[in-house]
Amino acid sequence: MGKLKTITRRAFLVGTAAVAGGVTFGTYMVNKPHDNPLADDLADTEASFNPWVKISKDGITLITPHADIGQGAKHVQALLLAEELDVNLDQIKTDFGTPSPAYWNTAMGNEGAPFLSTDESIGATAARSMMTALIKVLGMQITGGSSTVPDSFDKLRQAAASARETLKLAAANRTGIEVDKLRTENAQVILPDGTAMSYTDLAAEAASFEPVQNVNLRNPDQWRLIGKPTERLDTIAKSTGRAQFGIDLKLPGLVYAAVKTNPRQGAPMNSFNADSAKSMRGVKQIVPLSNGAAVVADNTWRAFQAVNQIEFDWAEADYPANMDGHWELVESSFQESRLDKLWRDEGDAVTALADTAPITASYKAPYVAHQPLEPLNVTIQFDGKTAEVWTGHQIPQMVQQQVANVLGIEPTAVAFHNQMSGGSFGHRLEFEHIKQAAEIALELQNTPIKLTYSREEDFAHDFPRQIGMARAQGKVSNGHIEAIDIQVATASSSRSQMGRSGMALAGPDSQIVAGVWNLPYNIEHLRVRGYAVEGVAPTSSWRSVGASSGGFFIESFIDELIHAAEADPLAERIRLANTSVTRQVLEAVGELSNWGSEMGANRARGIACVESFGVTCAQVVEVSLQGDKVKIDRVYVVADVGQIVDPVNFENQVQGGVVWGLGHAMNCEITYQDGMAQQSNFHMHTGIRIQQCPEIIVKGLENAQQVKGIGEPPVPPAAPALANAIFALTGQRLREMPFNKSISFV
Amino acid sequence: MKLTVDGQTHEIDVEPNMPLLWALRDEIGLTDPKFGCGMAQCGACTVHIDGNAVKSCVMPVSAVQGEVTTIQGLGDADALHAVQQAWLDHQVAQCGYCQAGQMMAAASFLAKNNNPSEEEIDAAMQSNLCRCGTYPRIRQAVKSAASAMREA
Repeated sequence: MGKLKTITRRAFLVGTAAVAGGVTFGTYMVNKPHDNPLADDLADTEASFNPWVKISKDGITLITPHADIGQGAKHVQALLLAEELDVNLDQIKTDFGTPSPAYWNTAMGNEGAPFLSTDESIGATAARSMMTALIKVLGMQITGGSSTVPDSFDKLRQAAASARETLKLAAANRTGIEVDKLRTENAQVILPDGTAMSYTDLAAEAASFEPVQNVNLRNPDQWRLIGKPTERLDTIAKSTGRAQFGIDLKLPGLVYAAVKTNPRQGAPMNSFNADSAKSMRGVKQIVPLSNGAAVVADNTWRAFQAVNQIEFDWAEADYPANMDGHWELVESSFQESRLDKLWRDEGDAVTALADTAPITASYKAPYVAHQPLEPLNVTIQFDGKTAEVWTGHQIPQMVQQQVANVLGIEPTAVAFHNQMSGGSFGHRLEFEHIKQAAEIALELQNTPIKLTYSREEDFAHDFPRQIGMARAQGKVSNGHIEAIDIQVATASSSRSQMGRSGMALAGPDSQIVAGVWNLPYNIEHLRVRGYAVEGVAPTSSWRSVGASSGGFFIESFIDELIHAAEADPLAERIRLANTSVTRQVLEAVGELSNWGSEMGANRARGIACVESFGVTCAQVVEVSLQGDKVKIDRVYVVADVGQIVDPVNFENQVQGGVVWGLGHAMNCEITYQDGMAQQSNFHMHTGIRIQQCPEIIVKGLENAQQVKGIGEPPVPPAAPALANAIFALTGQRLREMPFNKSISFV
Repeated sequence: MKLTVDGQTHEIDVEPNMPLLWALRDEIGLTDPKFGCGMAQCGACTVHIDGNAVKSCVMPVSAVQGEVTTIQGLGDADALHAVQQAWLDHQVAQCGYCQAGQMMAAASFLAKNNNPSEEEIDAAMQSNLCRCGTYPRIRQAVKSAASAMREA
């Protein structure tokens, strides 16, 4: 463990240091596979060919280690395995598995390396390989960054193909028939005479063979499941309303906990008085926490009631008390000493802009909360030596580590059971609630404790999306965009988030300029600079992370320039498209939305196109004026993920991403007063309700070379496409989110 | 205090002001109604009392007069309610946390109006929040369920 820790501390130096040659691993370490965690407790009658497939005489279990936070990860992982295993989705069970380095994320490295997705240079390729090697050596199992599909697409099919061929080997051994005369279907090996031998029957024998490796994957024209509409594995449970989440966990002797900690994020508690709470009905125990207190009771509501009766004296926050102070910190960050990195410097933007009065604009993006509908919760039991933890989380091993730190035991003594999550949007990457539950468990041993956050506690401790601004200058000539010089200053959500886990991010944070520096256009003179805002409230990854603000900044400014050039917003974007993938996405969204057609009075449309997580996504938003209010009528979306694995879930994720992007851009911000978030529940930070939701028409393209995920890429274009549509409708340019500060929506 | 839920009578000993939601979840052990906000802002806790949709997180248990129905009492996998069938056909759910509440709201509404306009659907469903953004599918599913209920 000592060694792993050392590497962990260095892991995130990769941004620059490792690329420059600072960190290397021996070939052996990088090539060595991690042990199969399923091998540890296999019965004699069970076979596991790799960390994802377990077959016994009772059934087939597929391990789906990526957390399911509503994005359908469980289904997509099972589907990829089922494709090559030749089983149907109703013939298998799934399990999240136990946290293991074997489930290291093979795709996060590509995104983490600070190079453009279009950059195939030796330096960029080397950096991606280095990041990937590092994640493998660390054995980092993580769900995020729209990486489940890219991580799983080849890996899980290969794992399943290996298992299938090994089962055939067992059948060949038993029957004496040559392997290449056998085929498989419906979880059976089929002999030439049609006799079927079930996988479950063959499992015990197959376990004695070395798994067959390097099996050729099937061609797309042989796929039964990939690219076809399927019924998600959780659809029946969720459509009958019977799905159970972490918050629903029942255990014998379960007690219920609520907490209150300093609403000034990260600040300590001076003192508390729980005298009146102590004697309330159902209260079992008051537990002091490092920056607050917990009530343990016999009912969650009683715990909520009692914790609200505790009087606290909170310490001051180490960030400004009020929003004026936060914005001052943002505005004062545009200076050389705060430069995080010069990300793009092509042509000569300085000279191009010097001989003219440039077009200038600045844009603002506020803090926004995650607030998935299932509040943060965790169930824990500690017997003095070992602990069990049940919660939905995106980084399982870190949960073990954090709990172990509090309890003073080894992470290996913490059993973690991942749970279906009622949403996350980046919220279930955090550990505060888990550490608090561990503090309670330390005081109340041998008792299962379920800690549930009230919505108010959840809002108060949501580490929001980065606050930020952009300042842009541009030049147009002859009806075209000629030069852009854009500076982006935001809080570094990556640094803030990693800091809470005891890690450091040396080097620049590409999320500060995400969506901006990788804009999908070739601009003749382009400069992009990122500045890290320090001293503001702690922040974290919010669905689509940096691109959620960056996409708004750059695509709003591009639109302003195009209007100044009196060009067509779609035609000029197509002219500037950086790749054929971008061009085809733009052309497709133009066709889908019937761009250029007459819309009639009081109607207009706007467009935006952003690349995030390696996916180019373009959206056309149609709006209309109803009295003095704006109504969003329709959104057309085109995204290219290389290969759509499940078209039903693809459409659902795209629609959800658009709704997420629009709703928060229209209606939401987190503001601090006296160091505390002013928004305490959904009446003050709704997102969007059904009556504001437009019709959303989705089309997926498959021209891109690499297979990518779709959870996040639909978010960033929504806000600028809406702002650009509103400009086309009313002539009012919205440069600050949320838009409802400036206009009214129906 | 007696509470009839999904046809079963439960004897519970709780404060009169305990919200119905927490009596269901932590006293009786019925966890299909979800906790989302605690102030009738999200609708994840929606149940029926004598067929009417109510937000159980703000309904004091002492004020409950009539039979409580949770989604379990509405239908199950072997005998789906038209609303559940429509939710399944349209694969509405993403995380699914709000959907029991959404379906309870829709079922109560459609029982009174099985031929709603788009505006009426939006009005009936607006107090149920979905953070995943499944609204386009919720609309389609409510329409399908309405159609099925008209034909039934």
